[in-house]
Amino acid sequence: MTTPSITVSSDPQLQYLLRLADTCLIHAQRLAEWCGHAPVLEEDIALTNLSLDLIGQSRALYSHAATVEQRLTGVARDEDAYAFLREERDYRNPTLVELPLRRGISGPAEDFAGTVLRNLLVATLLKQVWEALSAPGGTADAELAAIAAKSLKEARYHQQHSADWVVRLGDGTEESARRLRDALQRQWPYVAELFESDATDAAAAAAGLGPRMADLRAAWEAEIGAVFTAAGLTRPKSTPFRSTGRQGVHSEHMGFLLAEMQSLQRAYPGGVW
Amino acid sequence: MSNDSNTSNATLPRNEWPLWEVFVRSKAGLDHKHCGSLHAPDSAMAIQLARDVYTRRQEGTSVWVVRSEHIVASDPGDKDMYFDPMEDKVYRHPSFYKLPDSVDHM
Repeated sequence: MTTPSITVSSDPQLQYLLRLADTCLIHAQRLAEWCGHAPVLEEDIALTNLSLDLIGQSRALYSHAATVEQRLTGVARDEDAYAFLREERDYRNPTLVELPLRRGISGPAEDFAGTVLRNLLVATLLKQVWEALSAPGGTADAELAAIAAKSLKEARYHQQHSADWVVRLGDGTEESARRLRDALQRQWPYVAELFESDATDAAAAAAGLGPRMADLRAAWEAEIGAVFTAAGLTRPKSTPFRSTGRQGVHSEHMGFLLAEMQSLQRAYPGGVW
Repeated sequence: MSNDSNTSNATLPRNEWPLWEVFVRSKAGLDHKHCGSLHAPDSAMAIQLARDVYTRRQEGTSVWVVRSEHIVASDPGDKDMYFDPMEDKVYRHPSFYKLPDSVDHM
């Protein structure tokens, strides 16, 4: 017997929160694949630490989403219900964060260079999001502003640590630079989705909940550009490809990730430590 | 990153990072205490990794790192010469003074 899935409200305010929470959670799940496998002990602990920070951020956001949804629909849920009991189509993270890091469906996926690059792209985005939300007047939602202020401290470290690694690898040996360039070519097509505007984004911005992702692009590009310059990387050209994870339409990798992530909660309903 | 004067990797094998000793100050006003060591490619990364390895449970407010090779240690073979002669000289402890009552914590 397995636990049945939940269906969440399509209210844009709730969806805006879930997009942020899902981005943190799924990115954390991928980073956690490195636990016990990083090239050195110290970095193993660092990557796991980042993952735990992100899980903490997603927990805060899911708990807040639960309050918002209860206000909207009267249905009471907890953070675990959002994290573990939704169907794939109800996850709203951008596709970039669900792409495998260590283990692909049929063999290795990203290497360490691809991991620190992914970390840089995502941490820089989250840092911009938390900065915007924690700024005075950044959101009409006091709870979200508080979560953002707390998360910003962590995101600043994640961004610095990953930027330092990208510069080291880009400015390192011929092999490390090549691996980093290859990773950038693989991942860059998924960047466009991060900043796409849609009805959910527009409605949340109009309601004063937070910025449209498109509004953060210029600052993100500036910060990423500075790191790329120091690392000797060239920003790839944009491509017409658009991933659609934020709409709930995911890559072929998402189902495998969720199967692993949800199996315990599905098999042991309400299981706790 | 490469202009790190505290890092001279000339003697290290290319596939190994140098060792750093980590000192953490737990509260303002207290001393930095040695808490362990780690490997890191340079001082900036050593500080970052020290944050992850040694202060993830709120242990610190400040971190020092120093290359282990820069620490000069006494030779364990010289222990007799250096430390044993102090054993029978209790008069070097300030324990023979009478303190006035008003001095509480000495």
